[in-house]
Amino acid sequence: MTRLAYYPGCTLKTNAKNFEDSTIATAEKLGVELVEPERWNCCGTVHSLSTDDVMHHLAPIRNLLRVEELSNAGEVDTRQVVTLCAMCYNTLKRGNIVFNEDSDRKKKIRDNMYKEDIQYSGSVEVLHYLEVLREMGWDKVKESVVKPLDGLKVAPYYGCLLLRPRGIGIDDTDNPTIMEDMLEALGAEVVGFAYAQKCCGSYNAVHMKEVVADLAYKILKQAEDSGADMLVTACPLCEYNLGPRQTEVKKKYPVFNDIPVVYFTQLMALAFGLGEKATAFTGNKPDPRPLLRDKGLLEE
Amino acid sequence: MEPENKQFKDRVTELSGENVDLCFQCGACSSGCPMTQEMDYLPSKIIRMVQLGLEEALESKTIWVCTTCFNCEVRCPRGIDIANVMEALRQLVLRKKYDRVSLDELSPEELRELPQIAIVSNQRKLTA
Repeated sequence: MTRLAYYPGCTLKTNAKNFEDSTIATAEKLGVELVEPERWNCCGTVHSLSTDDVMHHLAPIRNLLRVEELSNAGEVDTRQVVTLCAMCYNTLKRGNIVFNEDSDRKKKIRDNMYKEDIQYSGSVEVLHYLEVLREMGWDKVKESVVKPLDGLKVAPYYGCLLLRPRGIGIDDTDNPTIMEDMLEALGAEVVGFAYAQKCCGSYNAVHMKEVVADLAYKILKQAEDSGADMLVTACPLCEYNLGPRQTEVKKKYPVFNDIPVVYFTQLMALAFGLGEKATAFTGNKPDPRPLLRDKGLLEE
Repeated sequence: MEPENKQFKDRVTELSGENVDLCFQCGACSSGCPMTQEMDYLPSKIIRMVQLGLEEALESKTIWVCTTCFNCEVRCPRGIDIANVMEALRQLVLRKKYDRVSLDELSPEELRELPQIAIVSNQRKLTA
């Protein structure tokens, strides 16, 4: 077992528990133990873009310090940290870059963290779980598949923060293949669609419900029209806007048909045959299980 | 340029770290923006307003509906981080103790149902 530090982030413990459960189970199957730091805090969810802002970089950097502590204690094997949520990934990664490339802000961040036992050195590498899988090799992922997802047509939805800005994203900004490669390793049929990288409306979901429903409709309808049975995502906010919020989409577009949206790790857990605790489909709205039963991928 | 226009432009430049004069108004940012249907000025127009030092940019709806999805940024042929400019404009308003949104406007059901990630990011971007 390789022991890697794992930063969950707030929503992975609540609405996106299914994302976490399926990830931990699939990682274990692949020989990776995800080690969660004892004390972690919210990453802030969004990277602060103003040049004079120091305060909002403390939260991500404090989490990276926790990873260095884990590493110093010999509890993990590398100086990397694995994230699942696309927003956590982006915030930790960009905060780390500010720290390492802007000596003025680095000093200020450190000065503001004087109560910590040690100072963050800047050594942690921030990864997304998909990057860990790619590094491991898709063949290795394929070897763990006991139930290939034959006949399941899946549209990979990237959204924004997995791919943007350029240089931060985990794959080519314009022509990403990482989710496609993962789905192919699982034996699913990949359905490309035009809105795979279109924003879901993000945090505007809180106060602009109808506008976000419009965006979700366009994305979901495009995926459906392209022949997809379901969508996969790697972000709890995308999942919420495209999944549970289909109730709002239906209010505006009564003819719209439900389409399941699941985390990519849930399909991995299904293909790996890890059982219902690992697939954790009970947490998804709309429920993907009727579709998966129809496809013969889930028992009655 | 009038002194007040220059002052505004300089402040946005300082806060965003971006040189808006690089923009030649090709409109690529606006064409890829997912929120234009809700905007009063297109993103490219906001950049033009900053070029001219027009403080009216702060009164636009545009800066508040931007989702910071960075689509404009990866499309800009001049390498302007447009999301940084939008953030600078929001900050200039928020720093006067202005809140664009309030959790008081949400029903208890909405508060229960919304994931933390939505609420935290919404508050971070749109409140003082």
